[in-house]
Amino acid sequence: MNFNFYKTHSPVKSILLAGVFLLAMTAEASAQTIPSVQLKDLTGSTIDTGTIENDGNPIVICFWATWCSPCKRELNNYMDYYADWQEETGVKIIAVSIDDTRSTNRVAPYIMSSGWEFEILLDPAGDFKRTMGVINAPHTFLYNGEGVLVWSHNSYAEGDEEELYEELLKLVE
Amino acid sequence: MNKSLATIALGSIWIFFSGISLAQTTTDPAPGIVSGNVSILFQSYQEDSLIGAVVPASKSGFNAFSNINYNQGNFSAGFRYESYLNSVLGFPGRFKGSGLGYRYARWVDNERGVDITIGNFYEQFGSGIVLRSYEERNLGLDNALDGFRIILTPFKPLKVKMLYGKQRLDFDSELINGDGIIRGINAELSLNELIPTFTDSKLKITPTYSFVSRFQDGGNIVKDTLILELPQNVGAWDYGVTMQYEMWKFGVSRTMKINDPSADNGYIYKEGEALMYFLTGNIKDVSFLLQRSTTDNMSFRSDRDLLLFDTPINNIPTITKTHTYNLAATLYPYATVINGESSFRGELYYNLKRGSTLGGKYGTKMNLVFATSYSLDTTNFGREEGRPDLVYGYQRNSWGFGDSLNVQDISFEIERKFSKKFKAKAMYMNLQFNTLATPVTTDFKGIVFADIFVLETQIKTAKRQSLRTEFQVLFTEQDKGDWATVVAEYTWSPHWFASVIDQYNFGNPDEAKRVHYLYGSAGYINGSHRLSLGYGKRREGIFCVGGVCRAVPASSGLEMTFTSSF
Repeated sequence: MNFNFYKTHSPVKSILLAGVFLLAMTAEASAQTIPSVQLKDLTGSTIDTGTIENDGNPIVICFWATWCSPCKRELNNYMDYYADWQEETGVKIIAVSIDDTRSTNRVAPYIMSSGWEFEILLDPAGDFKRTMGVINAPHTFLYNGEGVLVWSHNSYAEGDEEELYEELLKLVE
Repeated sequence: MNKSLATIALGSIWIFFSGISLAQTTTDPAPGIVSGNVSILFQSYQEDSLIGAVVPASKSGFNAFSNINYNQGNFSAGFRYESYLNSVLGFPGRFKGSGLGYRYARWVDNERGVDITIGNFYEQFGSGIVLRSYEERNLGLDNALDGFRIILTPFKPLKVKMLYGKQRLDFDSELINGDGIIRGINAELSLNELIPTFTDSKLKITPTYSFVSRFQDGGNIVKDTLILELPQNVGAWDYGVTMQYEMWKFGVSRTMKINDPSADNGYIYKEGEALMYFLTGNIKDVSFLLQRSTTDNMSFRSDRDLLLFDTPINNIPTITKTHTYNLAATLYPYATVINGESSFRGELYYNLKRGSTLGGKYGTKMNLVFATSYSLDTTNFGREEGRPDLVYGYQRNSWGFGDSLNVQDISFEIERKFSKKFKAKAMYMNLQFNTLATPVTTDFKGIVFADIFVLETQIKTAKRQSLRTEFQVLFTEQDKGDWATVVAEYTWSPHWFASVIDQYNFGNPDEAKRVHYLYGSAGYINGSHRLSLGYGKRREGIFCVGGVCRAVPASSGLEMTFTSSF
């Protein structure tokens, strides 16, 4: 059996694609919530991402790595405003490190000196990154108080934090 | 492989048409969710004899993939459609055509501690020293497993992963797996949850154990007058413990692998071993990482006859820091010497606090990294009776350092925000790099001594607009001599960016090769969608993503990339 569209027309491939297409078309109209993946935090505790909540307030999930300069610029800038944002919107920021086995041990000492007050999760095998459809870091997701995805942004440029702030304000208006 | 694909396909259809909710334990099943992403890379090539850029017969390259995932309650399934028409320069040229490169179905019941995956999956046991299947799509690396995986939590403190499968090797309009069969089991026990008196303790102790075995048809090999039988089943195991007290963490692991003659080790029958340990913590405001490892003959592949990026079962972490600045990251990137090395890394982090005299209004961050790797401390066997030199190769005398330096990388970074509109970062790096251990260049064999200086600045020019610049220079008397790189990037948040980078080999001993590699790009971002266009020259060299590197030939021309997540 061959799965090449050009060489032969494979019934198995067609069935698979048709199946997924039909599933997609008939899936109940629903918003995306935080999928469930088991990750560890910096204290070694296991966290099920599907259970992340913030007492009905917004949640921001940022994918970053110790080797990713724009990721660190983004989170450093968020840190400058974090206290104000928390006061105004109640937001909780969760920074998910995608450092792999080469650099995952760097995360804890980096965080200890960074002054970041975000919750840190470790995703060394990229399970959560893959489940969230992240291609490149940084990638930021904003969930509303009900845990529904309302905004996401790939890459980071100076000033993007203002757009995130505007999106946060929309959730509490 | 085709049968498992058919199983998934028919399973999906059956689930759809039967209307049976897989979330049977709930009266109100969760709605289905479709998510995914798309990535497209197009390159058009021009000839440039000055940098050695050639035009392939197809005149252009096109790589694309899209992941589509469906999730409903405890059930998920999906696939990745890939296209290489033809693959861009630098990718494995044998990647061809369009088709499915990845497909899976998964059922997770957290309440009962059952997690089943069929089809493709990625997995890592512990540090990955005995098993790590992963993907780095930007480099064309993918050693996904294809088979079955079951993760059980029979009681809360114990988690057991079991898997059986083959590994992805290639892609030719369909997934092509490697020769060997991989079997593995991993157990992780939380002593804190096992022993009631430790439940609320801040000291967390987690022992782990992994065993992985490869089956591959054997046969004989001939060495001199010896006829040697190849082992068909090769087992590797790893045991260790992680202890954590608040932010202090210590981990140690010991790894063994039975004799595994392979193309990597010259088909010797020596056993593989590894010892790795690390400590992280902080003393007052200084945080640190100390890491030591010795790996000996730990190359482990699905197919003993393959090399480089093909079907690695495990991963030996690289000791050096993953650099981000162009010259430090791409000219002499270190890769683990797969047949064995003894290495050490120490890192210090310190943050001068906000508002202090030295720290300034916003604080100042500093980071010092020292990383080094040497050959193993070994003695070669002589041409004695039974030819142990041919059969076993060498013996390791200790876990310590050998005589030959692989790399020594010392870097210091300091970063400071001076005002709301201006911040800067400087880096100095001293590098000793053995090009015989990591052959990143053909122009020089031996140790390259290099000093690298970097200054990065960022100026906020207007509301939501900023200019970021990098000035980098590398001084060396070896290899291609001195280099300089200038980067300028202008961004209009949240949608637009434009950048230009010029790499200049101003110290090349051959004046004709003192070339500017000028490359400009611009792009548009809208939420999770990103489009960019670039034009210019790309240097022959090493392209790294997340610490993994691949050699890329010189090229010149147009590039378009588009990525989207949904």
